Amino acid sequence: MHPVLRLLLRRAGMSALVLIGVSVLIFVIARVIPGDPARIALGPNATVEQVANLRDALHLDQPVWRQYGHFIADLARGDLGVSLYTNRPVTTDIAQFLPATLELVFAAAILMIGLGLPLGILSARYRGGIIDNSIRVVALLGVSAPSFVWAVILMLLFAFFLPIFPIAGRLSTDFLIEPVTGFLLVDTLLAGNPAAFGNAVSHIALPAFALALSGIGQAARLTRANMVETYDRPYIEMARSYGFPERRIAGRFAFRPSLIPSLTILGLDFAAMLGNAFLVEAIFAWPGLSRYGVAVILRKDLNAIIGTVLIISATFLIANLIVDLLIAWLNPRIRHGRGTGG
Amino acid sequence: MTPDVTDGAVTGMAGTGDRNGARETGKSIDTLAIRDLRLRFRGYTETTTVLHGISMRVAPEQRVALVGESGSGKTVIARAILGLLQLLPGAIVNGDIDFEGQDLTGLTTRAWRRLRGVRMSMIFQDPTSSLNPVFTIGEQFHEVHRRADPAIRRSVSGDRAAAILEEVSITEPDRVLESYPFQLSGGMNQRVMIAMAMANEPALLIADEPGTALDVTVQDQTLRLMRRLVDSHRTSVLFISHNLGVVREFADRVYVIYQGRIVEEGPSAAIFRDPRHAYTQALMAAAPRITGGGIPDVSEDEPAFLAPREVHPPEPTPTGDG
Repeated sequence: MHPVLRLLLRRAGMSALVLIGVSVLIFVIARVIPGDPARIALGPNATVEQVANLRDALHLDQPVWRQYGHFIADLARGDLGVSLYTNRPVTTDIAQFLPATLELVFAAAILMIGLGLPLGILSARYRGGIIDNSIRVVALLGVSAPSFVWAVILMLLFAFFLPIFPIAGRLSTDFLIEPVTGFLLVDTLLAGNPAAFGNAVSHIALPAFALALSGIGQAARLTRANMVETYDRPYIEMARSYGFPERRIAGRFAFRPSLIPSLTILGLDFAAMLGNAFLVEAIFAWPGLSRYGVAVILRKDLNAIIGTVLIISATFLIANLIVDLLIAWLNPRIRHGRGTGG
Repeated sequence: MTPDVTDGAVTGMAGTGDRNGARETGKSIDTLAIRDLRLRFRGYTETTTVLHGISMRVAPEQRVALVGESGSGKTVIARAILGLLQLLPGAIVNGDIDFEGQDLTGLTTRAWRRLRGVRMSMIFQDPTSSLNPVFTIGEQFHEVHRRADPAIRRSVSGDRAAAILEEVSITEPDRVLESYPFQLSGGMNQRVMIAMAMANEPALLIADEPGTALDVTVQDQTLRLMRRLVDSHRTSVLFISHNLGVVREFADRVYVIYQGRIVEEGPSAAIFRDPRHAYTQALMAAAPRITGGGIPDVSEDEPAFLAPREVHPPEPTPTGDG
């Protein structure tokens, strides 16, 4: 079997195991914490009988393992149950809120890679010089403060004192965009509305940047560190002896071998962004999964909690899988199985 | 005379024409002429002198060896010719380096860089770690070909690379071109590196202890291939080594270097027949002999090692030892 295919299958199998584990854990924890979901959902004025009926409908009086059995049976049909908070199927809620979160995280990931890696390359190429030192200071700032702090700082600086960017939300109410993918940056383009696209970009700029800053810093620092090590390798000296310009040596011959060790960490950073997005969304009133998640946890909305956690875990696992495949694709030793050498 | 000698070379450079002239008249511009090359390294408190006025020349199509022990300054000479040494902030380089009649020391770093990989190229000690691990051999050949011809197509580069790999006795060049360095043996990588250094038909090939990292039989084999290749492409070679046996077989002319000074020079046969300088004699005595007796005792520092340079007269016609 092709090594990459084998890797993919093994990773997919492990991901499935992780998802099962997560679902069991959340299922149990959500039921152990105090409070009766039926009572919270129906409010203080509901009769005991109404509460009992809802508990029965939710199988809440059965043992936990049987409840889990119901959950798995429903899940197999693609049904995550009804949210007691919105009274809509959880899948509908997630379909509505997840794209906004994913859009934010993807935008931040693009910033992380698009700014972090080039900054790291520049830093390594001019190591010891003024460019390197400036980049290192900025990168250190980026990693030393959490993203919600940057969110508040950026919002104050560029939306309040200097009102360049809108202060909150995803899109001005002037625009009405038919959701196709749920990603406004894509949907506005599909609708052929450049003004709405520009508006969506200006809305996402600050929260995405706040979310990305620590990742940018991390990516720049890692890339620099790995490249500085690569610069001491004989093949870099060989590239110099062949007269390749420093630019090309930095951007290709030193960068490519250095990228592989960085990628694993960048994958983890991407996963961390999924968690940090919750706080950034709260600050920028970004209508994503975080507000929904917090609301359903406070209401002990069992179905919605499990649905939200599972979908976040699945996104995390898929992201990691993609990173692993990328590494395999970039690293010929993995792509072609073990090295022979000697 | 093979047609690819002129086809492959970069047009507009002086080398090819002069070399053809050299055959007929016996007089020509040296491929490399170093005069009074001095090198110092600036330290925190003092400067250390590494080269004390090196002078040497490599004629067209000549194979010249630079022999000496570790730390004698062999490798820095190679780096200085390529212009890599001059890029180091602490290095102070003086003296002339003429390459095909052009004084390199007067060039901008950019102009000097443009000669590297095109008119002059280098082979390194450890083949496997000197090839980039994340690019295929074919990709690396393409990069090297693009140094001389930036617009060269991948397919053209692949054909040319396959042709030169065949010249170093690689029987399945296409498979090798698709491979990564870690998939090939050390000896295979060594051949690839030799072929790559010759890919742009340079006028000068600098070989810095090639194959020292390999076992002796493979080293011997690749050196034969290298010799055949530089003969057929009529390339001048500066061969840096501490291995006298290899030097004797490979070089037309030998320079012996000791502590940053050339102590003896002359035709290979003459030097081996009649080593005149105390250091050269010690160096030859230090070669382990297959007849036994182990490694002979050689004193490390003798005042006589710093005696003035011995120059053997040129031999008008190459004659055998016996």
